[in-house]
Amino acid sequence: MRTAVPEFPEARLQELADRYEAAVAAKRRRVWLGLAVLIAAAIAAGWMGDVNFGNFVENFWRFPAYFVSIAPKFSFSTAWVDLTEWLWGLPRWTQLLGDTLLIAYMGTLTGAICGFVLCFLASANLVRSRATVFVTRRVLELCRTVPEIVFALIFVLAFGLGPLPGVLAIAIHTTGALGKQFAEVVENIDNKPIEGVAASGGSWLQIVRFGAVPQVLSNFVSYALLRFEINVRGAAVMGFVGAGGIGQDLIEAVRKFYYTDVSAILLLIVVTVMLIDFITERVRHRLLGLEGSAA
Amino acid sequence: MNSFSFESRAGIVERHPDLFRPDWWHRGKIAIGVGGAVALFLFGIVQLDIPFHRLSEGMVRLGEFVRLMLPPNPGSWAEVLKYLHALGETVSIAFLGTLGGALLALPVSLLAARNVVANWIVHLLTRRSLDTIRGVDTLIWALIWVGVVGLGPFAGILAVICSDFGTFGKLFSEAIEAADKNPAEGVRSSGGNHLHSVRFGLLPQVFPILLSQVLYYFESNTRSATIIGIVGAGGIGLQLAEQIRVLEWQKVSFLILLILMAVSAIDWISGKLRFAIIGNRAIS
Repeated sequence: MRTAVPEFPEARLQELADRYEAAVAAKRRRVWLGLAVLIAAAIAAGWMGDVNFGNFVENFWRFPAYFVSIAPKFSFSTAWVDLTEWLWGLPRWTQLLGDTLLIAYMGTLTGAICGFVLCFLASANLVRSRATVFVTRRVLELCRTVPEIVFALIFVLAFGLGPLPGVLAIAIHTTGALGKQFAEVVENIDNKPIEGVAASGGSWLQIVRFGAVPQVLSNFVSYALLRFEINVRGAAVMGFVGAGGIGQDLIEAVRKFYYTDVSAILLLIVVTVMLIDFITERVRHRLLGLEGSAA
Repeated sequence: MNSFSFESRAGIVERHPDLFRPDWWHRGKIAIGVGGAVALFLFGIVQLDIPFHRLSEGMVRLGEFVRLMLPPNPGSWAEVLKYLHALGETVSIAFLGTLGGALLALPVSLLAARNVVANWIVHLLTRRSLDTIRGVDTLIWALIWVGVVGLGPFAGILAVICSDFGTFGKLFSEAIEAADKNPAEGVRSSGGNHLHSVRFGLLPQVFPILLSQVLYYFESNTRSATIIGIVGAGGIGLQLAEQIRVLEWQKVSFLILLILMAVSAIDWISGKLRFAIIGNRAIS
């Protein structure tokens, strides 16, 4: 195959080359401008946030030193004794971790149920009244924008110390987060089943039950599992404000300089979080796979 | 032609028996699932020793708190200035934390991406260490950094850098692995070395995605930066926790309103910015 490579006269070529140069230069200017703005913002933020490199350089050794000091002391001859000494609180910690998981579970379930109820009220394709949609959305927004640990702080004062404020705080935050995600799923569904149920005389509840729910359920479960994963992390620090779980022991160990306890508890938390991540990811993939094969 | 009427349900049931036969296996699975979920919930109530009798008292007290919160009132103008300064600290923590985390994560994510560094040991080690860093909550990182550099927003910045480093490392490396490999091959075939192929074949493709992820996390970090003050790492969370502890409910509601407004403002700005720079790209 032959194609003629067009050869432009020098003047045209120069013009094209100039235009290319100009385009590249303009792009470069934009990039430099963006970088300048970014650096200016970083300097302003550094001033605002008390960034102190002197302090950082002076104290940085403490960071690795902290990890060295919390690391368990092992020697080969007494490895088993060292291990049991390091994990001396294992029965108590596993129980607390179990509590943390239960707090996350109960909070997620309660929040998912509330979010499930509210999401249909927040979907513009199911609710005619603009006011209902607007109010529900603002309520959900309030629930998810206030951080859960702030709710926990307030609830600890209202309900007393213990897991109850933790569960409630996670439930409220989950309601807000899942309600929004659920509503987005509901707004994207196929309209025909809804019209079908409406045409055969179904009430609003029947429209939701038979027209909307079957379309969205697997997506909902997948989102709820993802939220459970996030809530396990959240529940691990609930104890910082006295709302139950392993966080209580962790913050005590950090504050009282029980160094090896810190590393043991951190290790247990990290392993648990990874395990939960791994399991929920598997389940979610299977759910989404099922949905793919059904479609 | 058989004539059927929708009036006689019995007739329809008779013609299509398999549509109306209850599917016991399916129902059983649902019953077991729901039953298990409820049982675990009840077990949780027993195990955690949740005092439900306190629920009603607590609700009453909560109602009292809400009544005391109204109307939101910061007290004085000096307080307002203090809170605005704290808010500025929070935004700075989120901004510098996200920026620092992203800058540190970029080289590491290249190491963790299978199509850049093909060595499986490097891949495994970087991935697992990123997972470990990510598994530790921002609040825990804040606790550690407060011990290193002392109280204040600087500790908060370092904490956000740490936890974002873990998150970005994973997200970036996944984006890099999903990139089209033809441009990189093109660079190699025209004589570039491995570094050239990464720089000119890979990075231009993934850069917009990375930028969009960073902007998205800036938004979500503004939320998490509002709370790390609870462990003493500066920002508006410090003020909030203090006012909750001394039961100054009107100040609490003012602070919460301030946080809500700031977060939605930043959501809006960064949404616009994301749209302007890279278009409406989905975050995965």
